Amino acid sequence: MTNEIDRSWLVESATFSRPVIREIQRAAREGIYDIRGFGAKRKLPTFDDLLLLGASMSRYPLEGYREKCDTRVTFGTRFAENPLTIETPITIAGMSFGALSAQAKEGLARGATAVGTSTTTGDGGMTPEEREHSRLLVYQYLPSRYGMNPDDLRKADAIEVVVGQGAKPGGGGMLLGQKISDRVAEMRNLPKDIDQRSACRHPDWTGPDDLEIKIQELREITDWKVPIYIKVGATRTFFDVQLAVKAGADVVVVDGMQGGTAATQDVFVEHVGIPTLPAVRIAVDALKDLDMHRTVQLIVSGGIRSGADVAKALALGADAVSIGTAALIAMGDNSPEYEEKYNELGTSAGFYDDYQDGQDPTGISTQNPDLAKRLDPDIAGRRVANYLRVMTLELQTLARAAGKTNVRNLEREDLVALTVESSAMARVPLAGTDWIPGFEHSR
Amino acid sequence: MKFDLAGQGIREFNRFLHGPESEGAVVEVDNPSGCHNLAVGALQNCQVTVNGHVGYYCAAMNQQAEITVRGNAGPGLAENMMSGIVRVQGNASQYCGATAHGGLLVVEGNASSRCGISLKGTDIIVGGSIGHMSAFMAQTGRLVVCGDAAESMGDSIYEARIYVRGKVASLGTDCIEKPLEEEHLKELEELLDRAQLNHSAREFKRYGSARRLYNFDVDNASLY
Repeated sequence: MTNEIDRSWLVESATFSRPVIREIQRAAREGIYDIRGFGAKRKLPTFDDLLLLGASMSRYPLEGYREKCDTRVTFGTRFAENPLTIETPITIAGMSFGALSAQAKEGLARGATAVGTSTTTGDGGMTPEEREHSRLLVYQYLPSRYGMNPDDLRKADAIEVVVGQGAKPGGGGMLLGQKISDRVAEMRNLPKDIDQRSACRHPDWTGPDDLEIKIQELREITDWKVPIYIKVGATRTFFDVQLAVKAGADVVVVDGMQGGTAATQDVFVEHVGIPTLPAVRIAVDALKDLDMHRTVQLIVSGGIRSGADVAKALALGADAVSIGTAALIAMGDNSPEYEEKYNELGTSAGFYDDYQDGQDPTGISTQNPDLAKRLDPDIAGRRVANYLRVMTLELQTLARAAGKTNVRNLEREDLVALTVESSAMARVPLAGTDWIPGFEHSR
Repeated sequence: MKFDLAGQGIREFNRFLHGPESEGAVVEVDNPSGCHNLAVGALQNCQVTVNGHVGYYCAAMNQQAEITVRGNAGPGLAENMMSGIVRVQGNASQYCGATAHGGLLVVEGNASSRCGISLKGTDIIVGGSIGHMSAFMAQTGRLVVCGDAAESMGDSIYEARIYVRGKVASLGTDCIEKPLEEEHLKELEELLDRAQLNHSAREFKRYGSARRLYNFDVDNASLY
């Protein structure tokens, strides 16, 4: 029989908390850093720290469900012969076949298509299922060039040159051997079961001047038909956005540090990059500085969860957002339905982040055929579509309340901040004041 | 058929190569003047001869076409080519044949650094020497070098095969010399023959992956 301990007087160290102690002991035991999926879990300034100002005496609102509030946005008006128009300013971000099952990729494609938006390929190339079920498909052009070929390039509705991603700006990727099925191996020209390294930088260009020529190459090969995006992880965002514009991008995608990943070192996910909140504002400032705001469209991603997040990103000046992790959650990732299975893996619904190990009980981040078949692409697609519709309705609700006939008419003036940090980052006044910390200072 | 780039634009020429009218065509291109992105994304079975030097990404993503450059080529020559034949009679700059998936790429002169980086199936044959970090992370395909190789050749190589006739300054991580068996002599002779380079296969040494880095092992962390 053990003695009952009075725990009320125990003081946990803020520096050496129980998770920190556990990680030190795990590192000492295993001799390897923690690689995991999902995105940053630390507390960061987010769109939750901003509020929208509804209409009142000085502004008048639009009638909910009655007066039109346009959500459509067009990308690639700068150079492309065939710009890409989406019906809602929420797109599905690039996630690879390999990291995700074919069923999950198809589910995302079906969901995006149902609401008239685009989805995006990922490392590993374009699968026929994904192309078939995507009305609008953005083809990622990545450093590894796994599965890259000009036939698929020409089938794309837009091309996204990936320079970096928010979860790991400056880092490459690693698809661990346990997720390399025959099909994944064949698409990537590598043997089965070996770790597949995705390079951190492109093999045939090294800077923005080279990238300008690279973009011209892609335009030449596709006969200048489709828009070309450049995706960067949020770090030195002002300069990155300006260099992307100068390199000839039609669209710049800025992915904040809350952006998800299938397999990255925990230390990278939690300690590199800047949050999405300041990244949006800085990117917009960079575009305005070049007089290219709205000429070059801006998509932001990284931790977008709701129509409120979308509304605030748009109010800061983005043209659209992308979702990744949230779309996986919509399909069933971390669902309590699989609690027992999660427990068998030593985790729990709501905490699962081991996308890298291929044992995902929901069938989403796996190549195990028995697990993958648990995900019905049709049902998954409907869930994604429902979720996108809810986010769009939420966005319109907020935009109408602010008196906007087009969601992109939301503006920075419609926002206030709840914290000093978010006020400084978003450059909107602290609620109830006209104070924006650091506004007088240069960037 | 002739294209004079002093008068006609590159875009017009590339569009021609993408269309069905280029099937079976024999084309000479004059006055390339080092321009970038010449003959990219060629789709048809045709013959293109470029009379002069070219800039970045010449013959990139080539499919089926036989493209000859009578001059030197800038960075990214034939990057991601899928099939066909690309031949440069002079030298090639950095990353020639990067991520190339298929076909034959011949550089009669020297190739600069990172030749065949992330190679995915093309056969690259260099008449002269290659620069540092060539065949970095090369996955599959073959790289034949009739001259010397600079530092860190074949770093992190996967299943690609490298044959070098001259000296290798140093091998990259996980790249080792391997025995030259009859099977390799045979494929090397065939490659030299296709490239129209007159060397004895027995003068070459073969290099490839030690396969120690195929699955992450913390004990190998010090290799980097």
